Amino acid sequence: MILNDLISVKEKELAAQKKIVLRCCMAAGCMSSDSKGVKEQLEKAVAEAGLQNEVEVRGVGCMKLCCEGPLVAVDPKNELYIKVTAENAPSIVSTLKGGKASAEQTDPNAAFFKKQLSIVLANSGIVNPERIESYIAADGYLALHEVLNEMSPKDVVETMTKSGLRGRGGAGFPTGLKWGTVAKSPGAKKYVICNADEGDPGAFMDRSVLESDPHSVLEGMAIAAYAVGADQGYLYVRAEYPLAIARLQLAIKQAKQMSLLGAGIFESPFNFNVEIRIGAGAFVCGEETALMMSVEGKRGTPRPRPPFPAESGLFGCPTLLNNVETFANVPAIYRNGAEWFAGIGTEKSKGTKVFALAGKIKNTGLIEVPMGTPLRTIVEEMGGGAPDGGKIKAVQTGGPSGGCIPSQHLDTPVDYESLGKLGSIMGSGGMIVMDEGTRMVDVARFFMEFCMDESCGKCIPCRAGTVQMHNILDKILKRKATARDLAKLEELCDMVRNTSLCGLGQTAPNPTMSTLRFFRNEYEELLQPDTFGAGATHSQPATK
Amino acid sequence: MSDNLTAIEKPPVAPKPDAGTKHPSGDKRFKILEVHMKKLQFKQDALIEVLHKAQELFGYLEDDVLLFVAHHLKLPPSRVYGVATFYHFFTLKPQGQHTCVVCMGTACYVKGADKVVEAVQNQLKIKAGETTPDNKVSLLTARCIGACGIAPAVVYDGTVTPRQTPESTVEHINNWVKS
Repeated sequence: MILNDLISVKEKELAAQKKIVLRCCMAAGCMSSDSKGVKEQLEKAVAEAGLQNEVEVRGVGCMKLCCEGPLVAVDPKNELYIKVTAENAPSIVSTLKGGKASAEQTDPNAAFFKKQLSIVLANSGIVNPERIESYIAADGYLALHEVLNEMSPKDVVETMTKSGLRGRGGAGFPTGLKWGTVAKSPGAKKYVICNADEGDPGAFMDRSVLESDPHSVLEGMAIAAYAVGADQGYLYVRAEYPLAIARLQLAIKQAKQMSLLGAGIFESPFNFNVEIRIGAGAFVCGEETALMMSVEGKRGTPRPRPPFPAESGLFGCPTLLNNVETFANVPAIYRNGAEWFAGIGTEKSKGTKVFALAGKIKNTGLIEVPMGTPLRTIVEEMGGGAPDGGKIKAVQTGGPSGGCIPSQHLDTPVDYESLGKLGSIMGSGGMIVMDEGTRMVDVARFFMEFCMDESCGKCIPCRAGTVQMHNILDKILKRKATARDLAKLEELCDMVRNTSLCGLGQTAPNPTMSTLRFFRNEYEELLQPDTFGAGATHSQPATK
Repeated sequence: MSDNLTAIEKPPVAPKPDAGTKHPSGDKRFKILEVHMKKLQFKQDALIEVLHKAQELFGYLEDDVLLFVAHHLKLPPSRVYGVATFYHFFTLKPQGQHTCVVCMGTACYVKGADKVVEAVQNQLKIKAGETTPDNKVSLLTARCIGACGIAPAVVYDGTVTPRQTPESTVEHINNWVKS
């Protein structure tokens, strides 16, 4: 494969494109509502109407508005049909001949779509994730060619640093700095790992990216491998995402057949192989050192850092570990330049962020917005507010490591620093909206139970602390706790946060601490009077 | 367990030269598992992949299977057992004919997944993680299956089903119990 081959694949694909394209969502969300049957019926109806030469029915990735699935879009008429069933799907085809569709439509220019800016999801819902040609037609693998032929690894790292991209896994570590550290680490063998162990409950961005555009992640990994000098990559995917695994396996096979992965990519001396490693349901494996243990086939327990993975990671070799969304950003940065990327977002948080909007909100699904977009825009304008006239009480970001942002802070811009100031974190992108009916102490207990179950048991503060904190939260909810218990809970939060070995324990108290900060009254309402009198440090507990 | 150990370590009674190590039980699934391990070059770091395959073949990981894997990957049985018990995905107990997995991710939880679990528990008189005495239905909960846009989601025998209610879930399960 050389550049001319790549261009000819692209031209052939574009020339074969039919005038009308019916895009049918084939991501996990819509497939659970029988989008496969919808696609079959569309194909059948096209054949019956004799339109095979003019109309293509294309299975695509996520079209973002998951709550209204299965979705079917008609190009170039710019129509979007929602809740399509196998029964009313043929009526969509009949509109091409002047008929009337019995399926519902939604406005593709609504705020939910118009306020989005797609970089990571640019191909999602457009290209066919099961055909590499479809990705190449959208300028896929062009960035990899340019990087391999026109840039030195040092230049590649420099461009990444200039772009200002920060890790999308949640912590927001500057990607360029990470790449530079691995590149400088001495060692003949280096590894690149993609963290696709999306364990946060309520987050599904990475699943959607892998299901909708797997090649962008592979291309991003290959560019990263060239920059740091690695020749072997691993994709660590959760076992809960069977469709994503199947699409990745297919994508790797296709890329190998076209020599876009493997030995001598684009006839350069650069070799890169990717293997998939399937997780087995352990939240702690999202932590980088635990993930590497799991890739090695061991129990996924974290270890102290340093040494950092950049120096001594997988099998003791220097290892670069980035999240799915981080890698998916990479090809676009090299296609359009670091300045273009750095021009989007805020001063310290560049580019866009994908969020999985879910919970008590009208429009649930995927959104990608520039960094710095106010939460209110996301939740009220794009999300359409709480359903059935309810009132939004809080927005939870960052999953079990994050916090709850109360409605009075909805004007906060979403970037790493602003969310951190409110005691929450950006996290990987799960955004759960809660309405007035949600009890915050219950939410805190829910997350603490999660952390308690998922604690790997290696360090004592996390193993024992989460159990104790959960017990106190349970006691509060059963109206059996006193102010003394609450004081103990706060003390434990502080202790576990400061003394745990890895991120799981260090952030486990976050949901409790943030709900205590903004919804303290809900805790105090549940407290019982302290029968011993002494030690009650807080205001008179309410007696109910 | 010690009986199983000796059973595996002893060579088969009459080994055919090309048959590899046949499992004394004569169960063909062991052969399939061995072929899979061979495909992975008996690499020790592929242990989790091998256990996935084993669970797919046998439905759960019994001691015999774990020892077989340990023996072929040249790993101590303690290490294989340790990995099998660490990860939630692996089960050491047999599952019922049907499995009902209720997603308990945050989005499903705030939309009432806890009530779905409660309804099923009351209906089947078992707790989450258990199987009915007649071995018909296993009730499990998942941390998050990433189907938050269509919450609350329930997985019936591997099929993700959107927007479930306590009533619809109980109805689905009753159909299983009746059949």
